[in-house]
Amino acid sequence: MALQSLDIQARSATTTAVPGVRETLDVAKLIDISKCIGCKACQVACMQWNDLQGEIGHNHGDYQNPRDLNDTTWTLMRFYEVEPEPDRLEWLIRKDGCMHCADPGCLAACPAPGAIVRYSNGIVDFHQEHCIGCGYCITGCPFDIPRLSKKDEKAYKCTLCSDRVAVGLAPACVKTCPTGAITFGGKDEMIRHAETRVADLRERGFVKAGLYDPPGVGGTHVMYVLQHADRPELYGLPKDPTISPLVELWKGAAKPLAIATMALVGLASLFHYVTKGPNAVSREIEKETEHEEEEQA
Amino acid sequence: MTNHWVDIKNADLVLIMGGNAAEAHPCGFKWVTEAKAHRKARLVVVDPRFTRSAAVADYYAPIRAGSDIAFLAGLINYLLSHDRIHHEYVRNYTDFSFLVKTDFAFEDGLYSGYDAETHKYDRSTWGYQLGEDGYVVTDPTLQDPRCVYQLMKAHYARYTPEMVEGICGTPRDAFLKVCEMIAETSAPDRAMTIMYALGWTQHSQGSQIIRTGAMVQLLLGNIGKPGGGMNALRGHSNIQGLTDLGLLSNLLPGYMTLPGEKEQDFTAYLEKRSPKPLRPGQMSYWQNYPKFFVSTMKAWFGDAATADNDWGYHWLPKLDKTHDILQVFEDMNAGRMNGYICQGFNPLASAPCKIKVSGALSKLKYLVVIDPLATETSEFWQNHGEYNAVDPTRIATEVFRLPSTCFAEEDGSLVNSGRWLQWHWKAANPPGEARNDQEIIAGIFLKLRELYRTDGGAFPDPILNLAWRYKQPHSPAPDELAREFSGRALADVTDPKDATKVLVKKGEQLNGFAELRDDGSTACGCWIFAGAWSEKGNLMARRDNSDPYGIGQTLDWAFAWPANRRVLYNRASCDPAGKPYDPSRMLVAWDGLSGRWSGSDIPDFKADSNPADGMGPFIMNPEGVARFFARDMMADGPFPEHYEPLESPLAKNPMHPDNPLARSNPAARVFEGDRENFGKPDRFPYVATTYRLTEHFHYWTKHCRSNAVVQPEQFVEIGEALGAELGIRSGDPVRVRSQRGFIVAVAVVTKRLRSFVLDGQPVHTVGIPIHWGFTGVARNGYLANTLTPFVGDANTQTPEFKSFLVNVEKIQRVV
Repeated sequence: MALQSLDIQARSATTTAVPGVRETLDVAKLIDISKCIGCKACQVACMQWNDLQGEIGHNHGDYQNPRDLNDTTWTLMRFYEVEPEPDRLEWLIRKDGCMHCADPGCLAACPAPGAIVRYSNGIVDFHQEHCIGCGYCITGCPFDIPRLSKKDEKAYKCTLCSDRVAVGLAPACVKTCPTGAITFGGKDEMIRHAETRVADLRERGFVKAGLYDPPGVGGTHVMYVLQHADRPELYGLPKDPTISPLVELWKGAAKPLAIATMALVGLASLFHYVTKGPNAVSREIEKETEHEEEEQA
Repeated sequence: MTNHWVDIKNADLVLIMGGNAAEAHPCGFKWVTEAKAHRKARLVVVDPRFTRSAAVADYYAPIRAGSDIAFLAGLINYLLSHDRIHHEYVRNYTDFSFLVKTDFAFEDGLYSGYDAETHKYDRSTWGYQLGEDGYVVTDPTLQDPRCVYQLMKAHYARYTPEMVEGICGTPRDAFLKVCEMIAETSAPDRAMTIMYALGWTQHSQGSQIIRTGAMVQLLLGNIGKPGGGMNALRGHSNIQGLTDLGLLSNLLPGYMTLPGEKEQDFTAYLEKRSPKPLRPGQMSYWQNYPKFFVSTMKAWFGDAATADNDWGYHWLPKLDKTHDILQVFEDMNAGRMNGYICQGFNPLASAPCKIKVSGALSKLKYLVVIDPLATETSEFWQNHGEYNAVDPTRIATEVFRLPSTCFAEEDGSLVNSGRWLQWHWKAANPPGEARNDQEIIAGIFLKLRELYRTDGGAFPDPILNLAWRYKQPHSPAPDELAREFSGRALADVTDPKDATKVLVKKGEQLNGFAELRDDGSTACGCWIFAGAWSEKGNLMARRDNSDPYGIGQTLDWAFAWPANRRVLYNRASCDPAGKPYDPSRMLVAWDGLSGRWSGSDIPDFKADSNPADGMGPFIMNPEGVARFFARDMMADGPFPEHYEPLESPLAKNPMHPDNPLARSNPAARVFEGDRENFGKPDRFPYVATTYRLTEHFHYWTKHCRSNAVVQPEQFVEIGEALGAELGIRSGDPVRVRSQRGFIVAVAVVTKRLRSFVLDGQPVHTVGIPIHWGFTGVARNGYLANTLTPFVGDANTQTPEFKSFLVNVEKIQRVV
């Protein structure tokens, strides 16, 4: 969602200098899975705040609805029945959505100038008016979050309610969460809050409780408190997410190579110009072309 | 709730059993997370299903649906036999020492006085031994074999952990673990709250399940305490208000009761309901019944209610029997009713045994449905394919649909589970021709009154004498009705101790029920609401959440009945000398200097009663103390006993294998014609239980797109073991059939429904969410109550929706 009251710190496929005067807070949303009751109020709040009219689908044999994230479902409760140890059933319910990586793979992969931005507060946002619908952001995302709309061929995902945050409000999901499982604030503050939650969980016997803020993507602005932080895969989360090597190649090692190639092509042209002079159309060719045009007419 | 939602944060242990607060009360559940976060409280969930409450619990124990009394009785046995009870509390605040009549007996699963023909008890032996002074004989040493403590101990000693496992299926170690966690709250400074809902209510012995829970809390000394209590979580936002205002068929406002047909004598009616204290020095607050009753009659009939006509007593209906929902549909089905006004009620969906309800509605001449939505009931006569396969040409019932407003389209008060009357303000105009309920009812009333005036009738007096003093008679305003239920003085009300002192002037709003009189000088539509709208204004509209004691006692937020009191029986949070058991969570305390009780709450006690005088904390009871032995007040026995649900997978009650009469609740409400409609385990081998999901509210929100998106289609849940046995995988369509019909739904095969082995046989549970039907925007489905049996609890007549028998089969058709 385009919104210009937040400073853009990174912009896809552009090298424009970023504004740096304002001092903004690094924000984060903390999702405490041990407090989440899977009520889906966040899902509904997201639909309502963002004017998303989802499809009334089917039941596919579980509590997860809609089936998956899609262009009108930017956040989704995922339900996992697991037995981390024998005879100890747990029903882990995770609110899935954009993680707002500090080092966003989607932004790195995006070839459309300005279609993906990262604000100075850490929010990663899609500006659909610049989106060309290539879907590279999906490849670039280590969490499989963005979805292309069949309706307008543009990519969509959670905005972390950048429009609300810009005017000092918490995201809609945070405001609606009845149990306080979703909290929002400065990232440092959220990490401190998470530490108290982790201590509480460890005291309750979850000795591996911890914070999910994966360093492979530079940390995230959506973090989880997990009962089993050593096994994020129980929650359908990647253990050590990183940006796909392809994207790294495309925008990393390959990029200077590409630039070098382009520079080389430019140099070669210059050399050609200097040595051979400007390209000129010969009189014969000009006549031939005129003739063809007459015939076509 | 004896306590209130916010108070749950004061608990050290939360037991959710017979409910699923995280799913059905997600907003209130926040106080459980507060207790966990700030008091390190533990959450225990006991449920047939591993619910979303269990997902955030510290400990979960599975239980077979319909076996809760056995579990709780085993817990009582554990507490008594391990001596994990609050001794000072039970000795002083309960009937432990009271002696019971010698001819009271319990043999082979039946209490004394059972009549197998009528399925009813003669309860005359279920009482105390009374002395010559009229008071109960007690044995403070608790040694007399007829004292309540000894009787109770013997009664529950039978519920060993082995017996619990054999009835409930709960593994022995899980049961003992729960017992141990709960037993810790017998310490005076520890508190457990019990959160329950329809999972306890909707059984053929629902009232007794709840009583057993209350007995556990009494043994632990957890009633009256902050963070304690018996907390019934109400499903509709105003269902508490419904019972408070006496909308059950046998009630008057404020839990007064309608007379029976034999009670033609007004004085005898009042005397029966104004019990004298059963122990010396006790308050027995219901002795004020005549004041409450006469004030109600004055509110209803105004000047027409006089001492000479017994305040209009003879205009009240005298009941031949209770006319609850099951009775009404029984009568309708038998052709004994012509018309039915269905206000805010969707019985085709919410009453048991759809085929019987549908048949009953088809026999009416007319049906009036007052509802904001197009309910299934209002379209019961329409063919909706497989979901409502009726033939409209064979139904002659004329249906009138009167669209009403919903809560957001009107001002008014709602009473929440914690007894708070909270005023709310209209947020939007109603659509189309919708009118608010009081306008619709006023319209019907005014027309009826006109007809009675002009044409006469069999008994026009109650209608013609009803006071109708609203500024716009066709549309009584919410604030006028609120003032009326709160009450006002019809003459100067003076201090009984000093007749020259005027407490309230004529015409003024009353401050509370202490000002009610039985001489016709006060009018009050609902005595427990008295003071909600006083001369200070509308106290229900208060929104001051200051919490001076830091324990969530926000006395200036809204108004709680009775008397703005937040925790009932709060005097019991103090020791007999009046000191709080836990000073860090003080509700009230005796202040010897001022000679009064005071604290963070309004004392539920005589404010100037010195603890040395020995008044008990349960002032509504003539005993002054709480009852383990229910005397003759329950239809099915003074002590709760486990009986099997009417439809059970077990051929015998493991407690009474040799007495077929004691297999299921001997006093459950069953109509004769329905007995053959009970399924047997040979054809219907699985235990079914119905319930609600977070994503929906009853049968309303399937009309709402957002809710339909997040839970679009009907499903049933079965355990992995049953799924494997029947070859059913998640997502397969299945047919679930009971003796009364079938539904088709998507199967959710889950680890969360565990199978039990009982009496050597596997017992599987089938979970049936209720929310679908044939109107609304969600995918159409079958009404879940197609399956449920037409049987009621012996006391409340609440249907047994939580435990019955079904069969399940995989079908090929994709639904």
